[in-house]
Amino acid sequence: MIRIEPRPATSTAFKLGLPILSAVIAILGAAIPLAFAGADILTAYGEMVKGVFGSLFAFSEMLTRATPLIFTGLAAALAFRARLWNIGAEGQLYLGAMAAVAIGAGAIEAPGYILLPLIIMLGCAAGAAGMVVPTMLKTRFGADEVVTTLLLNFIILIFLQYMLEGPLKDPYGLGWPQSAPILDEGVLPTLMARMRVHSGLIIALVAAAVAQVMLSHSVWGFKLRAVGENAPAARHAGIGVNRSLLSVAIVSGGLAGLAGVSEVAGLKGYLTADLSPGFGYTGIVVAMLAGLSPMGVVVAALFIASVFVGADSMSRSMGVSSYLADLIVSMSLLCVLVGGFFARFRITRTGSSASKTGEA
Amino acid sequence: MLDILNILLSDSFWAASLRIATPLIFGVLGALLCEKSGVLNLGIEGIFVTGAMVGWMAVWLGLGLWGGVLAAAVAGAAFGLLHAILTVPLGLSQHVSGLGVTMFATSLSYFTYRTALPAVSSPPKIEPFRALDIPVLSDLPFLGPVLFQQTAFTWLALLMVLLVWYVLNRTPLGVALQAVGDNPDSVDAQGLSVYGLRIGAVVAGSALMALGGAFLTMSAFDSFFFGMVNGRGWICIALVIFASWRPGKALFGALLFGAFDALQVRLQTEVGAVVPSQVFLAGPYVLSIVALVIAARRADYPRALLTPWFKGQR
Repeated sequence: MIRIEPRPATSTAFKLGLPILSAVIAILGAAIPLAFAGADILTAYGEMVKGVFGSLFAFSEMLTRATPLIFTGLAAALAFRARLWNIGAEGQLYLGAMAAVAIGAGAIEAPGYILLPLIIMLGCAAGAAGMVVPTMLKTRFGADEVVTTLLLNFIILIFLQYMLEGPLKDPYGLGWPQSAPILDEGVLPTLMARMRVHSGLIIALVAAAVAQVMLSHSVWGFKLRAVGENAPAARHAGIGVNRSLLSVAIVSGGLAGLAGVSEVAGLKGYLTADLSPGFGYTGIVVAMLAGLSPMGVVVAALFIASVFVGADSMSRSMGVSSYLADLIVSMSLLCVLVGGFFARFRITRTGSSASKTGEA
Repeated sequence: MLDILNILLSDSFWAASLRIATPLIFGVLGALLCEKSGVLNLGIEGIFVTGAMVGWMAVWLGLGLWGGVLAAAVAGAAFGLLHAILTVPLGLSQHVSGLGVTMFATSLSYFTYRTALPAVSSPPKIEPFRALDIPVLSDLPFLGPVLFQQTAFTWLALLMVLLVWYVLNRTPLGVALQAVGDNPDSVDAQGLSVYGLRIGAVVAGSALMALGGAFLTMSAFDSFFFGMVNGRGWICIALVIFASWRPGKALFGALLFGAFDALQVRLQTEVGAVVPSQVFLAGPYVLSIVALVIAARRADYPRALLTPWFKGQR
């Protein structure tokens, strides 16, 4: 007879080893679809590694890809800590990006030290607004934020199409639905010559460090964790639960908005409707792999970015569908979820004679 | 105004409403079954994609239309089983597991489609379900076009509403299923298996969801393309709350939704010059949020929804 019982304590080694093991299993699991696609498995893995570590350019591409994932991963991690299910980072990212081009693509002319902070603040505010709305619908009407944030993603994407065909459309864009480019003063500078990795990465790393300190060492972070662990108890202890949720909504949405700002002002320069290949949703996987810890988000984002960049490069050279990357990412989410079970419970064997009655 | 009245009185409008509602009927019923047993299934969006892809591919491989329906249901059930194992005996977060299943099902479906059909410029077509042609009935005025010129797949959806209603309200199984979503301890005390009931409900519900996806590729359209599900699964999750977990109201909600969607397409051609088309495109999603906000206050959630239950632990 098998019995499931709670673990008395989870060791640090276990907590750290769990996401690593999940990642390894997900990557090894990719061998099955690779074989199915008729690719030579060892060569494919070799190509993936080469695609990330094969050259300085490849490595910088990975860092470029990790940048928005750090932002969206933080957005999910902080919200999930408070049990606020923000699944809307994808939409909030686009709100941030729209705000960035609305102000930064010629609406005002100002020196960089004014324009760039303005773009960042407005992008943050737009993303935050995108999460405040569903949070208010939750606290005032009890409307489930999972469903509202998911649906808002679609609404915002449609709004984006409208803006790119109308008010934000580049008059010199040859009819393409894209915005005018961000002015030179508003561009986030690149970090290395001839590489695409840009200073959005620095902002992301600072954001992660600040989030970690705030979460672990501030009253705000304490309240947020208390609300997430037991909302009725937190309310009983005099914590304004709704206020706490609203404040984490602002931070979470703002971080997702920053992902959009960073992509548009640091990488692309102008806004199109395909700015994000699902960074918002992938951020959820990043946050889960990180065990909802802000510094862990950085590591997890680097891993997920490696999977995407490595698999993309492999799929280009070997003709395997690049959906393989999404497959690995989703498998690592499921693996880390199952791993979470083994972190909290252990399975023990009880004597077969005593267990016949099923008493536990 | 007169134009809207003309639209509302036309049989083609109501026929379109029922056609648009069909995948939602499957999806809402499926989500309802899962949630009645106490398990939220956010895998629905991915299971729709899988149903659409597998159903289409089965027909394309020559298994026939009903073979495609069966294949889609089995594929949906398989992902349902995955979600059920993660959330019922393992008791893991239903939110995260559901999103994980959506991502896994979607990427696996896309990968399989791309691997089976590398580099097709236009997606290959199948011969989809045809409109029924029942002697006498199909020729009735109004009712003929609205009800009896639909495809058999739509009739399957209507049949499923009856079946789910009957099982939930008129059979011992249904009573147990409702109880397990409200008070699993009482079900356990009666010697019934909480795990078995919940896993069964999630597997059956997921099979229904997959049929909603299959309808898209096998009846509404005749090919599979990326992004075709486009949030329909999430809309179903909102509609279940709107329908307060009752099959009859679920049918009503899906039809209301279908009618609104059919109306906006027709209005778009009338006033398209004045109002940007995106206003109409966003309509269904806005409507879902509005329905959710209206229904949320008085929503009578299954009491054990989202709460894992472990045997021998009270």
